[in-house]
Amino acid sequence: MDLYQELILEHSKRPHHAGLRAPFDAEVHHINPTCGDEVTLRVDVSGTGAEAVVTDVSYEAQGCSISVASASVLAEEVIGHRVDEALETFEAMRAMLTSRGQVAGDEAVIGDGVAFAGVSKYPARVKCALLGWTAFTDALARAGVDITSTSSASPQGVSS
Amino acid sequence: MTDVLPFTDGELAAIRGDFPILTRTVRDGRPLVYLDSGATSHKPTPVLDAERAFYEQHNAAVHRGAHQLAEEATDDFEAARATVASFIGAPADEVVFTKNATEALNLVAYAFSNAAPTDDPKDERFVLGAGDEILVTEMEHHANLVPWQELARRTGATLRWVPVDADGALDLAGLDDLLTERTKVFAFTHVSNVLGTVNPVADLAARAHAVGALVVVDACQSVPHLAVDVATLGADFIAFSGHKMYGPMGVGVLWGRGELLEVMPPFLTGGSMIELVTMERSTYAPAPQKFEAGVPNAAQAVGLAAAVRWIEGLGIERVHAHEAALVDLLQRGLAERPWVRVVGPAVGTPRGGAVAFVVDGVHAHDVGQVLDDAGVAVRVGHHCAWPLHRALGATATTRASFAVHNTVAEVEALLAALDRVPVVFGLDTEREAS
Repeated sequence: MDLYQELILEHSKRPHHAGLRAPFDAEVHHINPTCGDEVTLRVDVSGTGAEAVVTDVSYEAQGCSISVASASVLAEEVIGHRVDEALETFEAMRAMLTSRGQVAGDEAVIGDGVAFAGVSKYPARVKCALLGWTAFTDALARAGVDITSTSSASPQGVSS
Repeated sequence: MTDVLPFTDGELAAIRGDFPILTRTVRDGRPLVYLDSGATSHKPTPVLDAERAFYEQHNAAVHRGAHQLAEEATDDFEAARATVASFIGAPADEVVFTKNATEALNLVAYAFSNAAPTDDPKDERFVLGAGDEILVTEMEHHANLVPWQELARRTGATLRWVPVDADGALDLAGLDDLLTERTKVFAFTHVSNVLGTVNPVADLAARAHAVGALVVVDACQSVPHLAVDVATLGADFIAFSGHKMYGPMGVGVLWGRGELLEVMPPFLTGGSMIELVTMERSTYAPAPQKFEAGVPNAAQAVGLAAAVRWIEGLGIERVHAHEAALVDLLQRGLAERPWVRVVGPAVGTPRGGAVAFVVDGVHAHDVGQVLDDAGVAVRVGHHCAWPLHRALGATATTRASFAVHNTVAEVEALLAALDRVPVVFGLDTEREAS
């Protein structure tokens, strides 16, 4: 089974940047209604427009190894990056996860996110891997960031 | 091991031979071990044949038209009603075909809110308002919870619930405070779709009737697995689905006492369910037609009747004994694994066909994925019983649920696949005692 890469298991057991921290600009709570997985996620953004930077992402994730590891990798990949870069990473992750195994993912763009390539072959688990990411883009929008200017898509998923 | 089962190996092989889907493989050629019949059961050939024969030979809109096909289709549909009714010990005209069990439960819930006090004089038992109470339980499937929440919201009535105890049984200690003169309806499941708990329907119904409440029972997990006789059950209404009892999807059943169906306002309205229509108003056909608006799901009803005959051919008592033996075997196997915690009644307590469990430290989705990799199909999540899972302190559980075609070898396949979970996720099984 190529789903549970060592990297995913590592991140799920010891999630990076876990816990809820202040200061933050927005907090969201997203749920996967099929399994009850939940994530509460905060973003802190500094600067505006093209200079906006994700200064922090903090979260509490309760769920399967895929959803927890995905939140961990998300925090790892976006903290300290410009918002437009973070959204580019989200788009690349989503493209890979929804590709039914056709897109391998570019490590230069999504870093440890490539470990989730196998998830795309299991349609029922794609939502698990996207839970943190959709929460993140929702939180950015609530923090006042125009997420449509850098991204063609609006966030999917269930907002609380 | 097979001698614990009521069916001989030959009989079981013949039963399995009735299910074309059991011959397919999954996940790179592995045999399918289907342990998700609580979600939906597979369909034996006689059911598929019956549905096909209806369309090939008799297809027509029932209860309409005077041509021969319309007569035959109507006869088939009404014969299906009689077959299903007989299976649960009811007269044919007390059986209403619905889309599914969810619709059947909504039909009853909407009958209450459609009995508006400003309308024609209606039976007081169906008139709900502020000060009235609806009682449910904490172990309900969302289908027997959300319609009552909505009914409470529409009418101003108050929703209350019976809690679940640590063993997965209803905590009846406070029932006298919950079930009072204010209670207009008590809705609860016969058999829990998660815990497998078998609720004492007759006792609960007697206590509800003593305070004048109507009793609605979710029988989705009982009718396919154990003998249900509405004459002795004690309920006023039961709802169950066709697709969980080897029948087609798209057909469910509501059974109600004749005198209640007679006075209940309709749910869906339109063609077929009327007696007389003018531009100003309409009067309605007697039950069950009053509750079957529009062209009904005749082919699915015919398929469901074939499923009933197929079960009757095996004998529901033997079906139950077979599944109970497998449930017991699985429970004993899980008890040997201290890193697994089964929710619901202990080994030896009468149980339905479902066994749900938690692997401490591993999410149910991950457990299910490892099982799926071995070709073992189980359900993971909250199984449409989210409040119950909150009460159990579990985000999600893994549920194996049985049908009559399951075997001892399949229980062993599940346990063997489960033993890979601690390996994949690096659990220390020596230390992990629950």
